[in-house]
Amino acid sequence: MAILEVKGIKKRFGDNEVLKGIDFSLEKGEVIAIIGSSGSGKTTLLRCLNFLEFADEGTISVNGEVLYDGVAESSAKKKLKNDDKRLRKQRLHFGLVFQNFNLFPHKSVMGNLMLAPVLQAKSELSFMERWRFERSDAYASIHEKALSTLARVGLSEKQNSYPCELSGGQQQRVAIARALVMNPDILCFDEPTSALDPELTGEVLKVIRELKDSDTTMIVVTHEMEFARDVADKVIYMAGGVIEEAGTPEEVFGHPKSERTKAFLASRKNAASDEK
Amino acid sequence: MLTGFGETCLLFILTLVCALPLGLLICFGSISKIKPIRWLMKTIVWIIRGTPLLLQIIVVFYGPGLLFDYPMRSRFIAVLIAFVINYACYFSEIYRGGIESITKGQYEACAVLGMTKVQAFFHVILPQVIKRIIPPMSNEIITLVKDTSLARIIGVIELITVSQQIVNNYVILWPLFYAGAFYLVFNGLLTLLFGFIEKKLNYYKV
Ligand SMILES: Nc1ncnc2c1ncn2[C@@H]1O[C@H](COP(=O)(O)OP(=O)(O)O)[C@@H](O)[C@H]1O
Ligand SMILES: [Mg+2]
Repeated sequence: MAILEVKGIKKRFGDNEVLKGIDFSLEKGEVIAIIGSSGSGKTTLLRCLNFLEFADEGTISVNGEVLYDGVAESSAKKKLKNDDKRLRKQRLHFGLVFQNFNLFPHKSVMGNLMLAPVLQAKSELSFMERWRFERSDAYASIHEKALSTLARVGLSEKQNSYPCELSGGQQQRVAIARALVMNPDILCFDEPTSALDPELTGEVLKVIRELKDSDTTMIVVTHEMEFARDVADKVIYMAGGVIEEAGTPEEVFGHPKSERTKAFLASRKNAASDEK
Repeated sequence: MLTGFGETCLLFILTLVCALPLGLLICFGSISKIKPIRWLMKTIVWIIRGTPLLLQIIVVFYGPGLLFDYPMRSRFIAVLIAFVINYACYFSEIYRGGIESITKGQYEACAVLGMTKVQAFFHVILPQVIKRIIPPMSNEIITLVKDTSLARIIGVIELITVSQQIVNNYVILWPLFYAGAFYLVFNGLLTLLFGFIEKKLNYYKV
């Protein structure tokens, strides 16, 4: 069974129909790369999956459970919005790594990783237990988990640094670790290297590659075509709010069927050679 | 003259203690999604910030007596209420500026990590707001120290009143000097304190 099944997602902002029916599915451990020119709705799609936006129509199912059904619950927006507890629980199926990191500047690296899990654990405790929480086993295990996750992104020695003391690449790796600590079923990346200097993109892409090797299920929106080609199991090309073409990297990059895809890939190729 | 010092300090401290949290409440009101609350708060803030504090003190002191036949018994309480309302409105605008300066991304990062709105506010937003509002807050608080001298308008015996009585009675000027020196020292200490807090919060940059 697919870990994620997305059907008929539509989303409009006023008169602007940004997503016009998106369908795809994802198996556990698979990586999907989403490519497409800017304005094609890639960010909006990820935001709908993370419930930062609410799709007008369509369903989102994880592990066979329908998390969101825009048609059946015509007032799903309101329902979910008002049911904060359910909304938060559903969000935790997904992780999101933002283009511009959005780390918490006032927290150290470990503070960034531990804040959400600590708050989550504490919220289930009584007042007195919260008081002693930092000496509990639960706290120790969160700490350990954060440390080991930090090691996965290669930043163990930075645990006490603040985000402002790190390079962009390091900040993005912290952001990835922060998302991983919450154990999402599916980790989404929205152009994780677009805000980085070219020489820093490599370290972030390397971390994503390693995550794939450890079977993390991922959706990666990216402009790095070579990366998409050799990391992704499936590639989706989005244009004007629809999936214009989808398939294996070999199919989409090697033998694109649609003229639009061909044109887009050609334009990316030119952009890439201009950079070099 | 000591009673004068005492009243001035008491007025200052009580105003701060009440106006800082009240300001935050007013601020929540003025950024609330509920329109009537937002408009009400914005109007109150507009009126309070648009009229002199002196006038507000007079209104609070004489207003209840004239309107409801329920005269204010304590001059000190009247002044305190006027100060708290006035400063809460100014503080609320400072809080608002601070809260609005935090990017949407911070809220979204909290949301995708499964935090509640309350958790996000107290653990992520507010700590950053505090750092940003320390400089404007310290200005406002130093103004408050000097504004306490307005209390004399309705006869609260604060520092300047006492000094002036002495000046009039004994035809000497130095008590006013002392009063001036008191304000200087008081504000000097506050400036040092805020400088210290700012330094403390400088462990990260934005
Ligand atoms: N919150 C919003 N309100 C109105 N329009 C939006 C909003 N978010 C995105 N859009 C519009 O949706 C379209 C797709 O945007 P986006 O999903 O960011 O595309 P991409 O990530 O592929 O560049 C754009 O035309 C953008 O202006
Ligand atoms: Mg985008």
